[in-house]
Amino acid sequence: MNAEAAVFYVLAAITVGSAAVVVLARSLIYSAFALLFTFVGVAGLYLLLGADFLAATQLLIYVGGILVLLLFGVMLTHKLYDLDLRSEVTQFLPGVIVSIGLFAVLALTAWRTDWAGGDGRAPAATTREIGQLFMGRYLLPFEAASILLLVALMGAAMIVRRKRSA
Amino acid sequence: MSPDRIVQSALLLSLALFVVGVVGVFLRRNVITVFMCVELMLNAVNLSFVAFSRALGTLDAQVLVFFVLTVAAAEAAVGLAIIIAIHRHRDTLDLDAFNLMKW
Repeated sequence: MNAEAAVFYVLAAITVGSAAVVVLARSLIYSAFALLFTFVGVAGLYLLLGADFLAATQLLIYVGGILVLLLFGVMLTHKLYDLDLRSEVTQFLPGVIVSIGLFAVLALTAWRTDWAGGDGRAPAATTREIGQLFMGRYLLPFEAASILLLVALMGAAMIVRRKRSA
Repeated sequence: MSPDRIVQSALLLSLALFVVGVVGVFLRRNVITVFMCVELMLNAVNLSFVAFSRALGTLDAQVLVFFVLTVAAAEAAVGLAIIIAIHRHRDTLDLDAFNLMKW
């Protein structure tokens, strides 16, 4: 087992293990902090797969943005002195059976397909290339995504605003 | 690890992550936990995109990941806004209580 494989397995264990904690933890706060480790593990896997710029973006947006927003959501919807941060577990057996079936089908497909398309080397210097793709081939989706983000943020502000009774 | 071995391993890992998210959506009835599991599934899909980018040696899949990131950020903002607004009205986070649009 070489170093790359060892790093891969460690990162995989961190990612899937903390994802399981996200699902199974009784407390919302534990789930949120386990999600932090999942995001960091995925960022490490991006690095391992040669997507360095994406790894940095993952840390910035998911850990710095979405996770903080989520913690705000937890804090705003629960009173901190309220110890009842629990959530119920229901439909255990059917859910697990369907999920295992889904995993079996997908894993079989992924394993039996020959994915070798290119030369199998990680693309070098991703940042420059990604910037050129955004300003070239993907310019229209890029602008659409920016408008989507603007509209979503304005909509979010509208939804949570308290209406003044006239 | 040889190049196509690592691609396949990463794909299987992203599948595992996705299925963990699916399990969470099935099992949990707390809307914030379900929300976190949706984020898990989006992360799993992103990981598979990066694995494909590695397999093909092109960067188009990584560009696609940025669009998924954008949608995830928008979803987080609007989703949490809806959760907080509903929590004000219903005073609960149980998914089964959110049946305003059921007829």
